[in-house]
Amino acid sequence: MADTAIRTRARAAGGSGGKRGGQRKSVGRLSRAAVHHPWWFALPAVVVFAGFFLLPNLLNFFYPFTNWSAYHTGISFAGLDNFTTIADDGSLLRAIRTTLVYAVLAALFQNVFGLVLALLLEQDTRFNRFFRAVFFLPVLISALAVGYVFQALLDQDGAVNQLLGTDIPWLGSTTWTMVLVSAIHGWKWMGLAMLIYLAGLKGIPGDMLEAAKVDGAGAWRTFWSIRFPMLAPAVTFNVTTALIGSMNTFDIVQATTGGGPASSTEVFNIYMFRVFGQGLYAQASAMSLVLFLVVVAVAIPLVVGLRRREQML
Amino acid sequence: MTPTARVWRYARPALVLLLAALAVGVPLWLVLATSAKPQGEAVKPNLDLPGHWQPAANYDRALSEGEMVRGFVNSLLVVAPSVVLVLVLGAGAAWVFARRRGRLVSAAYALTISGLLLPPAVITIVMELRQLGLANTRPGMIAVYTGMYLSTSIFFMTGFIRTIPLELEEAARMDGASPLRVFARIILPLLRPVIATATIMVMLYAWSDIFYAFFVLGGGDKATLPLGLYKVASAQLYLNNWHLVFAYVVVMSLPMVAVFLIAQRKIVSGITSGAVK
Repeated sequence: MADTAIRTRARAAGGSGGKRGGQRKSVGRLSRAAVHHPWWFALPAVVVFAGFFLLPNLLNFFYPFTNWSAYHTGISFAGLDNFTTIADDGSLLRAIRTTLVYAVLAALFQNVFGLVLALLLEQDTRFNRFFRAVFFLPVLISALAVGYVFQALLDQDGAVNQLLGTDIPWLGSTTWTMVLVSAIHGWKWMGLAMLIYLAGLKGIPGDMLEAAKVDGAGAWRTFWSIRFPMLAPAVTFNVTTALIGSMNTFDIVQATTGGGPASSTEVFNIYMFRVFGQGLYAQASAMSLVLFLVVVAVAIPLVVGLRRREQML
Repeated sequence: MTPTARVWRYARPALVLLLAALAVGVPLWLVLATSAKPQGEAVKPNLDLPGHWQPAANYDRALSEGEMVRGFVNSLLVVAPSVVLVLVLGAGAAWVFARRRGRLVSAAYALTISGLLLPPAVITIVMELRQLGLANTRPGMIAVYTGMYLSTSIFFMTGFIRTIPLELEEAARMDGASPLRVFARIILPLLRPVIATATIMVMLYAWSDIFYAFFVLGGGDKATLPLGLYKVASAQLYLNNWHLVFAYVVVMSLPMVAVFLIAQRKIVSGITSGAVK
């Protein structure tokens, strides 16, 4: 995903640097391009996107510095009050920590599950095609429903304790509940990761694997020396989307723990939902701004790193 | 064939079956079995067979108490227009971004695909919608979903249109076709595989979404299916009605499962070809 974005941006930059005359087609091409591909085709999309995605994100740099809430009629400037509040009561650092831990664990689970499934179901047989669909099923179920299913499974009187013959309060630990909830996230999306890894595996040239076989490499060696490195684009795509996507998580956490126990799974969106419900709009907006900044801080190094790796390939 | 390879030949399908049974079979059975139990048995959500089967009564109650029919219509009324807008607006923009050069075009492209990474600012969206008089309305929800998913569709469609030879368009233009005609007759039909994938993905996300629906639509008479499920499940705290929650889950999931079964091959090839280039 990001690969192509980078490539096109680089190409566009190269095109404008090379002046108009330097382009492939003759001079005068540009004006004709304007006639053949009028800009107003892009206008509605740009307007909707700017109005309902960019503008709210810009406003998000303003409202956190106000006293906007359900308890005032007007809105006035309040400086850094909201930020000192969330920093002093510990919720700011906690939200950053829980969200990052959740994102890393969820990305890990999703990719490990997906890769294992892809390797198990690699051959194109009818048996495998059927089970690919089976493992894709969780992707189709809403995340909220998935959360409730696992709340029931992990209930103290629930199915997991019944199967294991134990009596463990699975969702009651302030340390391990986070791991479990992120594993549920990985379970929900493993089918998507599996499909992308399958496509990656299919893209590996057969003669490469043949050469490895001739050289006497075993299955294990072939995997680590050839197949896994060749899966790089799939890994990149899966890890990026999983990391960014899971930082925006809400449904699964809300349905399993609601942020508990003792706020140990209270990620950004859960906090925003709770505080907004209390009418503290500006405070929720402050947290939303921090989430934005955290996502940017994670995404930019990620994208830059990918670009660098792409140049090496 | 080496001995390990021979063992693996049988161990692999066995492992697949075991994993499928544990990872998908158990949750699926729990949902289906519990949704057929009377409340007394469903209090403990275990894997036992229902002692008394009453699926009809449960599904009937979930439908009426959860107001599922209204929820279904409400979901449809926001998801369908959002999907259409994301596809149509996205395709128009992608065409221009794929075919035209220049600093302004590439800046607009970079800006409109920024939503791939950036999170939507949900709190200020509420503020903005209130000022526009769109809070708690379907047009407001549609606008928010469209804004959120446009980036994905523009990104995939731009990449795809770049692979369509320009000569196809030029041939139509020789015959005197207007840009609108070229777009509708040449580009849109060729975009079909991407459109299929984008439709599925946007539908999946919007159909399941509860977070943004909470802020924009709230409870009320415009509540979508996930909001209805949340309401039923929140009553769970006091009533312990797992049987109703799971009956709701089954009915709510059926449309997406049906769509997948119908369009399975397209979805699989679309997802995989779009992701890894």
